Amino acid sequence: MIELENRFDIATEFQAMAEHVLAAAKAKGATAAELDLDKGTGLSVEVRMGQVDKLQYHRDQGINLTVYFGHRKGYASTGDFSPPALADTLDAACRIARYTSEDAFNGLADAERMATEFPKLDLYHPWELDADMAIDMALQTEAVAREHDARITNSEGASVDSYAGMSLYANSHGFMGINHSTRHSLSCSVVAQEGESMQRDYWYSVSRVPSLLESADSVGAEAAQRTVRRLNARSLSTREAPVLFVPQMARGLIGQLVSAISGSSQYRKASFLLNSMGQQAFPDFVQLREDPFIRQALGSRSYDAEGVATQARDIVKDGIIQGYFLGSYSARKLGMQSTGSASGASNLLLADTGKSFPDLLAEMGTGLMVTELIGNGINGITGDYSRGAVGYWVENGMIVHPVEEVTIAGNLKDMFKGIVAIGDDVDERGSIRTGSILIDKMTIAGQ
Amino acid sequence: MKQAYDFAREAFFAPTGLSEQHLEQVFSQLLTKDTTLADLYFQSARYESWGLEEGIIKSGSYSIEQGVGVRSVCGEQTGFAYSGEITLPALLESAKAARAISRAGQSGSVNAWTVRTPQRPLYGMDDPLNSLSEDDKISFLRQIDSIARATSPYVQQVMANMVAVHEIILVVDETGRMTADVRPLVRANVSVIVERNGQTESATAGGGGRFNLDFFLNGNKAQEYAEEAVRKALINLDAEAAPAGNMTVVLGNGWPGVLLHEAIGHGLEGDFNRKGTSAFAGRIGEQVAAKGITVVDDGTLEQRRGSLSVDDEGTQTQCTTLIEDGILKGYLFDRQNATLMGTQSTGNGRRQSYANLPMPRMTNTYMRAGEYDPAEIIASVDKGIYAVNFSGGQVDITSGKFVFSASEAYQIENGKLGKPLKNATLIGNGPDVLTRVSMVGNDLQLDTGIGVCGKDGQSVPVGVGQPTLRVDGLTVGGTATA
Ligand SMILES: [Zn+2]
Repeated sequence: MIELENRFDIATEFQAMAEHVLAAAKAKGATAAELDLDKGTGLSVEVRMGQVDKLQYHRDQGINLTVYFGHRKGYASTGDFSPPALADTLDAACRIARYTSEDAFNGLADAERMATEFPKLDLYHPWELDADMAIDMALQTEAVAREHDARITNSEGASVDSYAGMSLYANSHGFMGINHSTRHSLSCSVVAQEGESMQRDYWYSVSRVPSLLESADSVGAEAAQRTVRRLNARSLSTREAPVLFVPQMARGLIGQLVSAISGSSQYRKASFLLNSMGQQAFPDFVQLREDPFIRQALGSRSYDAEGVATQARDIVKDGIIQGYFLGSYSARKLGMQSTGSASGASNLLLADTGKSFPDLLAEMGTGLMVTELIGNGINGITGDYSRGAVGYWVENGMIVHPVEEVTIAGNLKDMFKGIVAIGDDVDERGSIRTGSILIDKMTIAGQ
Repeated sequence: MKQAYDFAREAFFAPTGLSEQHLEQVFSQLLTKDTTLADLYFQSARYESWGLEEGIIKSGSYSIEQGVGVRSVCGEQTGFAYSGEITLPALLESAKAARAISRAGQSGSVNAWTVRTPQRPLYGMDDPLNSLSEDDKISFLRQIDSIARATSPYVQQVMANMVAVHEIILVVDETGRMTADVRPLVRANVSVIVERNGQTESATAGGGGRFNLDFFLNGNKAQEYAEEAVRKALINLDAEAAPAGNMTVVLGNGWPGVLLHEAIGHGLEGDFNRKGTSAFAGRIGEQVAAKGITVVDDGTLEQRRGSLSVDDEGTQTQCTTLIEDGILKGYLFDRQNATLMGTQSTGNGRRQSYANLPMPRMTNTYMRAGEYDPAEIIASVDKGIYAVNFSGGQVDITSGKFVFSASEAYQIENGKLGKPLKNATLIGNGPDVLTRVSMVGNDLQLDTGIGVCGKDGQSVPVGVGQPTLRVDGLTVGGTATA
């Protein structure tokens, strides 16, 4: 079983360690301090071509410490929890703080914003798993994928991962929070070949709860189908066309929004959605909510990396930006309040517009369905977007042939405003939950 | 003189009381009759970084990463465990876990040790964190800020960073070899945001390598990086929409060598080729580039960011020819993949840290110079683009399709450089892109030392380089379809 042994004893030990370090920081003259302590254990098994490839045991721990001397701050970290190492780490943080500048916006988050309620988020579900069981499950997944189609000729393998961890955050306001969580996944990647064409694709399932993982058969079959359907892909001639982002790719578009309306992009004026609060950035049917309290979800948390209570809220309502993602520093810079986002966005849910995936294909008529994107051609300041794409050319709502070696380009501002519909085919695996997104028009460059 | 091994003993054995007898115990636990290779990788790394933003020193950080990874390999199969604690019980526990990859019982031991020290150290062993005073580090960052702001009134934000790492490693393997290396690594970066008439753009510049921080002061790098970042950002303010479609592309020298890293380098890593999942698998001896083109991966360049005196398996690095006169010559190997393919490691076994397994990785990958004057190459193009800076790339190993994104590019019309173009991603097919190179410049240059390569979630520092190249037919992913 992949579980932190004696986790309640460790929690007690962590509390004592945190109190000790905070007291020592105060004794060194720090006016405030905060730290997080993490510990985790895990097992990863990879199989390939019907035999075990890798068996890895993980055991991690670390402490991150920030001290404040008035408005100056210093940061240090270590993986060594011995008393001398902790003392050295504190000394290092204090030394750093001697050289950083006074910055009136520095400091702990405001005391009155600390979380006081800790709803049960149900994030800890250790897996009754040993290496042999994990190997069997991975072998089964890969076997299903390889037997699925004669054109599957090779494999990158299948893997099973299980991780259990805990983290403590404490600061000199007296706030202390402890979190136990697990994360398990099953994935498979195979290679298909036909003539000169060789393609690889994958599928995975991830959950905090082992019983909620997709079955080995389903992950294997999906990986195989996705790989085979890419065979004999070809480029397109250069053109403009509508683009349909499948849920896994649509997630990235929401990620770009999060980055553009995060505090650091806003105060640095490094955002294509600068000062967009209250502005129409999407068509009026677009609704995006943040919900940090979904039980068992990957992005759930009741407090952020500064101890600030998280909140369920609207991010986009009727197409209008309702809120940024702010930690205490960027909030002060902008004259606003922290939104409990010092650890980034929690769970984000994009509402669908009542269309199934086939409806979206039909609505698009003729255009490009994008299933994979490569490269980092996104300019977060201007919104200019240009990435390599893989997918399917669609005519009259029907898939005509697989596509590769093309780019799709546009500007995120126009792409957001150009959203035509959002599918109900929501991918619930990650912390960003969205269905497919159909965009009216982008430039496709090819041969 | 103090040797790398002395540093290793000081870091790993003196404070923990570990001895060679203890290592014998660990190997006795680790080895079975099926074991083909096994190693312990001790690592101690200290990081320091300073960050300036809005004219003040906003952040500073210091961290220590220390631990040991224990690996057991039986043919294609690998068992691995690691611990942040360097103690005998932790090593024995990791050895027991790693050995579980073998179904055979314990068998074998190591009791004769040979200490090897890099034959040909490529960098000094001094601690770069202490190579400048804190005041000097900070004044360097302030200098970048003031030069950038003085360079143009349109500069709105300047973010500058300086990072220094001092790393000591010791690899102990199943043959009893104990190989130590002491590795400095420094980097400075500047990123500026400019604004003119409500229009905003940004750019970055920087450099580094395996040397001390005084490199930045002695070479007046504050001025070089600040002016370069502002220059690029201002050019982007004037940029027009890039074209979309297939066209002739001239790639500048130096950092655009990221083309080789993505299009060729990853596809030639030994693990993908052993498994047959690379678009280059089984193609040794075939023509994959135009005649006259030679591409190497060279871990032996002094003080370069991607260089290593020995790799993370204790193998001495080398200059490996990947493509010679257009013909595919070789792959990049670590010990495991080399053994499985019946050859020798090329010294490319690298890992991010003790907590990760080594894999075949690039070091410094570059194309040798050709004969053309770069001006002659540009003059030869009727209509196309000239791309001189890139923000990175990615490749699909199996299909061979790669992308890299231009951050500074110009139109070429009738052999002359024209208007600057907005960011655009270039896409191509690795196994044939180099067959369409029609001119190779005489101006080989390596990048300034800022490259990071990611593979399987592990990051390692790398270098790239190339002369100016003319490629007849690459797809440019702009928005202008006219
Ligand atoms: Zn890379």
